[in-house]
Amino acid sequence: MLDLARSGHADAGAAPRELITFRAAGQDFCVDATIVKEVRAWTPATLLPDSPDYVRGAINLRGTILPIVDLAARLELTQTQPTARHVIIVIWDGGRQIGLLVDAVCDILQAPQSAVQPRPNLPSETVESLIAALVTVGDRMVGLLNPANVLPAVAEEAA
Amino acid sequence: MAPKGPNDWLSQDQLAPIRVQFFQECVEHLAELESGLTGLDHGDLDPETINTVFRAAHSIKGGAGIFGLDALVRFAHDMETVLAALRSGQIQPDGPALKALLRAADVLSDLVGAARDGSAVDPGRITAATGELAGLLGDPGGNAGVDEDDLDLDIDFTPVAIDLDEIGPAEAPRTHWRLAFRPLAELYASANDPLMLFGELARLGDLSVRLDETATPFLQDLNPADPHLSWTLDLHTASDETAIREVFEFVERDCELQITARPPAPAAPEAATPPPPPEPSPLAARASLAAAPPPTTPTIAPPAQAPTIRVDLERVDRLIDLVSELVIGEATLAERASALSGTASAQLFVAVDDLRRLTRDIQESVMAIRAQPVKSLFQRMSRLVREVEAQTGKQVRLITEGDETEVDRAVIERLTDPLTHMIRNSIDHGLESARGRVEAGKPVQGTVRLSASHRAGRIVIEVADDGAGIDRERVRAIAAERGLINTADNLGDDEIDNLIFEPGFSTMEQASDLSGRGVGMDVVRRSVQALGGRISLSSRAGEGTTFSLSLPLTLAVMDGMLVNVSGQCLVIPLTALLESVKPEPADVRRLGAHAEVIAIRGLHVPLIDLGAALNYRQRPASAGQGVALLVEDDAGERIALIVDEIVEQRQVVIKSLETNYRALRGVAAATILGDGRVALIVDVNAIIAAQKVRRPSPDRQVAHA
Repeated sequence: MLDLARSGHADAGAAPRELITFRAAGQDFCVDATIVKEVRAWTPATLLPDSPDYVRGAINLRGTILPIVDLAARLELTQTQPTARHVIIVIWDGGRQIGLLVDAVCDILQAPQSAVQPRPNLPSETVESLIAALVTVGDRMVGLLNPANVLPAVAEEAA
Repeated sequence: MAPKGPNDWLSQDQLAPIRVQFFQECVEHLAELESGLTGLDHGDLDPETINTVFRAAHSIKGGAGIFGLDALVRFAHDMETVLAALRSGQIQPDGPALKALLRAADVLSDLVGAARDGSAVDPGRITAATGELAGLLGDPGGNAGVDEDDLDLDIDFTPVAIDLDEIGPAEAPRTHWRLAFRPLAELYASANDPLMLFGELARLGDLSVRLDETATPFLQDLNPADPHLSWTLDLHTASDETAIREVFEFVERDCELQITARPPAPAAPEAATPPPPPEPSPLAARASLAAAPPPTTPTIAPPAQAPTIRVDLERVDRLIDLVSELVIGEATLAERASALSGTASAQLFVAVDDLRRLTRDIQESVMAIRAQPVKSLFQRMSRLVREVEAQTGKQVRLITEGDETEVDRAVIERLTDPLTHMIRNSIDHGLESARGRVEAGKPVQGTVRLSASHRAGRIVIEVADDGAGIDRERVRAIAAERGLINTADNLGDDEIDNLIFEPGFSTMEQASDLSGRGVGMDVVRRSVQALGGRISLSSRAGEGTTFSLSLPLTLAVMDGMLVNVSGQCLVIPLTALLESVKPEPADVRRLGAHAEVIAIRGLHVPLIDLGAALNYRQRPASAGQGVALLVEDDAGERIALIVDEIVEQRQVVIKSLETNYRALRGVAAATILGDGRVALIVDVNAIIAAQKVRRPSPDRQVAHA
């Protein structure tokens, strides 16, 4: 899960990857369709103290507490002003469920392994940690998110 | 039972669930072993106790044999041999013997764990424990350690291993035993086979078997799952009744078994033992058994127990989750109903109220299913005490009280670590060294008392030692050295005692192997608080220290006060809430640049804006607005929290923030409101603690000293 690009290369020739693309602050991103649990409309979230700005709060997802991460703010782009037209993509990061606040879901892509390219070095460490690979589709370039790094790293004292 | 087990005729798939069940039962057997030995150690003289202990070791051995867990079989066998000697009175159940057996039980428990997880146990420990067991049997005088068991194992210490087959009638007279054996359905259900039992019996002597099938119904009435067969067996053997009974030990509860001694055959050589009593009628058999010479009191019927079922924990957890959803659903309904008006709404209101009561009852009943006695937790502690004894060289007697007190399983699980640390702390720091105790005129053996009880809807667990009590001068000096207090501070005894809960405080200059590990009582307090619990202590110089934990009975629901702050709905735990007041501007006084205090019933307490404390707003609500809630932390420290308004008091379902996110400072957990929104549950302790840290002045002021 950590290095999606490499695992992609390892089984080159396998079936194309199904990716769900979405837009945040004018840029396109995607995640593997398998980790997307559902997509829902924005609802006001309960503010969480002691959290970074990009954590917009928590909502109730059928009885569990779902933290909402503003993807644009997480990528140091801009703070989203959410409206009812914004959507929350519920993803599974391998251990937890996270709600990604994005502008809109675009489409579902079938990307052959050859279209998945390792991430080049980037000036921002934050963005580097979040983008696992780049996917080229026609003339579009879509950043493949690394779901494991979406939430802030746990820097709590181990008790 | 037999060394070659069901592996031969069951596939791995079929074996796997049996294996799981075996390890589940091992846990129960180990608990019986432990509590029985502890009981004997404390002077329990009931012969049934030692039978239970023996059976536990025997059952583990039998099961382990089925799965070919040789190391476990061998060790359980060694224990069993010693227990048999104990049962027959060859070994006295004195302190050293029982201590050795308890240590062996620890090793056995580790072996079970290792067998389950596929890991290994330090061979040195096994050898040491085996040696210790052998030492108990070390009676060179003769046949003391006759090994009645016929499992083909090499045991390197059993003093005299007699091959029963080679004993001629001249040496040991044979007795004619008649056995009436009727298996119950459970025997077959647990994959036991009468044929195997008969095979075992045949190894003891000459066996003849008669089947009684008269109870078998006609085919149309036959339920194939019901057992209908019974057997009468005649066994001529030199073995005694104990050895025969041992064959059935594994299935004892699953069959009806009568063993009677028959008069010796006329041709038998002169009996060295007094002639057995005349054959009793079957009805009298039990009575004669009870009067039989061996010290065992044979029990045929299983002990009276309330019927129970074994349920997969996941199912119970799922049920609890569903009930939590029901509580939320009920809240939703109540909220919708309150928005209506007219007579219809009044009727609806009554119905909703009934539903609320019902929901609460269901909630409590379901929680009762997951409730468990703290016994298992306490038993783990007695093992810990033995380990710490060995490490510190102190002699400790652990007394447990209220073992049957029940609390949610989830609480028990999360209590293990803090309790472990507290017990270690009590022995390591609380109890004096042996010399110190003698000098103080106390018995060398220190006492740690672990007790549990229910009080006011909570469970209270106390750890009390009879040590020297807290050395306040030393605590003070260390706290000053660590910069926790100023040397000039005027502190009361309670305040000094509570310093040991401060982060960064550890009275051991050199972190000892036990209490050290960089874990202090502050971590204990934090983990107890994380459970919604409180910890306090009282100490008397020369008499000892008592730590007291008070915990909610469940981690699933709590009673809380819903309040609004900066447009956010928050929950204040009712346990922390003392009262609410509408502050009059005259009662609020500014103190310095930032602090405000409010007078409530003549006492001035710090006034904290909850919205500001949680960073919901920068500028605190000005005095005279909102409502002040007087809250108290575990140490009894009080502050007043300003909130915008009080909504209502209600039961809330506790939801973890850590499942999908992480713990947040100032927040204990979250809940879901009737309208589906998330609300945070305020961690009053953390809010009060944060205020202390934020104190701007270097002079640590002492509240109401």
